[in-house]
Amino acid sequence: MRPSLYARRRRRNAVAMSLSLLATMIGLGWLVLILGALLWQGLSGLSLKVFTEMTPPPGSDGGLLNPIVGSLIMTGLAVLIGTPVGILAGTYMAEYGRYARTTSVVRFINDILLSAPSIIVGLFIYEVMVAQMGHFSAWAGAVALAVIVVPVVIRTTEDMLLLVPNPLREAAAALGIPRAYIIRHVAYRAAKAGIVTGVLLAIARISGETAPLLFTALNNQFWSHNLNAPMASLPAVIFQFALSPYADWQKLAWTGALIITLSVLTLSIVARVVTGSRRQS
Amino acid sequence: MNVAMVSAPQVDRAAAGKAGLRERISIRKLDFYYGDSRALKAISLPLFDRKVTAFIGPSGCGKSTLLRVLNRMYDLYPNQRAEGEVLFDGANVLSPKQDLNLLRARIGMVFQKPTPFPMTIYDNIAFGIRLYERLSKSEVDGRVEESLKRAGLWNEVKDKLQANGLSLSGGQQQRLCIARTVAVRPEVILLDEPCSALDPISTAKIEELIEELKADYTIVIVTHNMQQAARVSEFTAFMYLGELIEFGDTQKIFTTPNDSRTQDYITGRFG
Repeated sequence: MRPSLYARRRRRNAVAMSLSLLATMIGLGWLVLILGALLWQGLSGLSLKVFTEMTPPPGSDGGLLNPIVGSLIMTGLAVLIGTPVGILAGTYMAEYGRYARTTSVVRFINDILLSAPSIIVGLFIYEVMVAQMGHFSAWAGAVALAVIVVPVVIRTTEDMLLLVPNPLREAAAALGIPRAYIIRHVAYRAAKAGIVTGVLLAIARISGETAPLLFTALNNQFWSHNLNAPMASLPAVIFQFALSPYADWQKLAWTGALIITLSVLTLSIVARVVTGSRRQS
Repeated sequence: MNVAMVSAPQVDRAAAGKAGLRERISIRKLDFYYGDSRALKAISLPLFDRKVTAFIGPSGCGKSTLLRVLNRMYDLYPNQRAEGEVLFDGANVLSPKQDLNLLRARIGMVFQKPTPFPMTIYDNIAFGIRLYERLSKSEVDGRVEESLKRAGLWNEVKDKLQANGLSLSGGQQQRLCIARTVAVRPEVILLDEPCSALDPISTAKIEELIEELKADYTIVIVTHNMQQAARVSEFTAFMYLGELIEFGDTQKIFTTPNDSRTQDYITGRFG
């Protein structure tokens, strides 16, 4: 090889590497800035009061108890509704209908749903539930979030079941074990960590959703666990408080944002650990 | 027990009867298709009761395909179909009325790569038993022990039955798979290159095991290893390009084959 050619390649390599590094820094930089701002603004407001007191009127002391509980209730319900639907549909696609035409159609539609703007989901549930019932409700909020959970769980369940090697299914079938047993006792067991991760990721995804809740559960200044009434949620309260002119409300909004971010971070780490331990075994 | 050599697809059934052999499975004019491509061409072959039959031939000759027809494993996949007859105790296995789970409980199969289920060693074996028989805990325990002993694995695992099946070595995993197959008490055992992923010591153990198992089971083994075929089998079928070239007594096939292609293959000239 000629030395000049080699030198030119080395220069090109250096340029390409610097550009990639720069791009990475820009991407990561924003993330660090966001986290930094959240910690800077939110950490000072974090106290026991946040978890024990209701949202206050402007100018007085209070916490975020009712939106935290509201978010937990609606997220929990959404997962209870969305997970079985998602896992069953994913199971159909990966196990029973793997070679069926329906499956590719469903997968295509599911991918669209996966990337659909959540405000559209909110509007849709507003039409079919809120407008029909005549009032906003926690139920409508939970269903709207469930609609977002389903495609995430379908996708991960299908992907994880497709990763289960076919020889394992064949080995079970060769013992005369019926299909439903093979799926439940062999395929699910082998794909368990991945499917659980999918559910955790879905929770992380919906815990920050604001748009679908504004159209469905609305918000509530007061303590309420009535599922047929409007219910407070962290994203909706952050939205309301952050836009308000009151300094104490703005501070609570920062604290709420920090709480959501930390919970999502924790969930993601748990998801990582769960998948990681699977890879090691 | 020297069955007269015959070129496929005819088999000298009269001679077989004289030698005291019972045909457990009769494959008759079997064709197999992957989509439009014909992978097996008019295969006719007897599999004798309590004997080991080896399928040999170069890669892609259809020996694994033939094995997977016997327990209809191909049924798990679309666009694969078989035509012809596979008579198992007189009934055609290829009939659409055949209950596949019952068929597979009677014709067990061990695969090329060990495939322990992601559960404990004990459950790997108990799983299949519990499905077909209602047994008490102690009866299942007994059956698990018996199967592990048959597979020559009991002494190595008796103190860790609750360990994950995946924690065993490759050779142990393969013997676990054999134990699992034996545990449901099949009548026929199909072995699809059972030693190709194993070291020589594990291979020797599996071969000893086949030797013991043939007292009770009809065994079919697909192998790439010709010494193995010569060591463990009584009958050998040589296949080439989807056709059965020659079937007969293993000793005869390996010493004085009728067909020049068989001669070329066993002497290592191709394949």
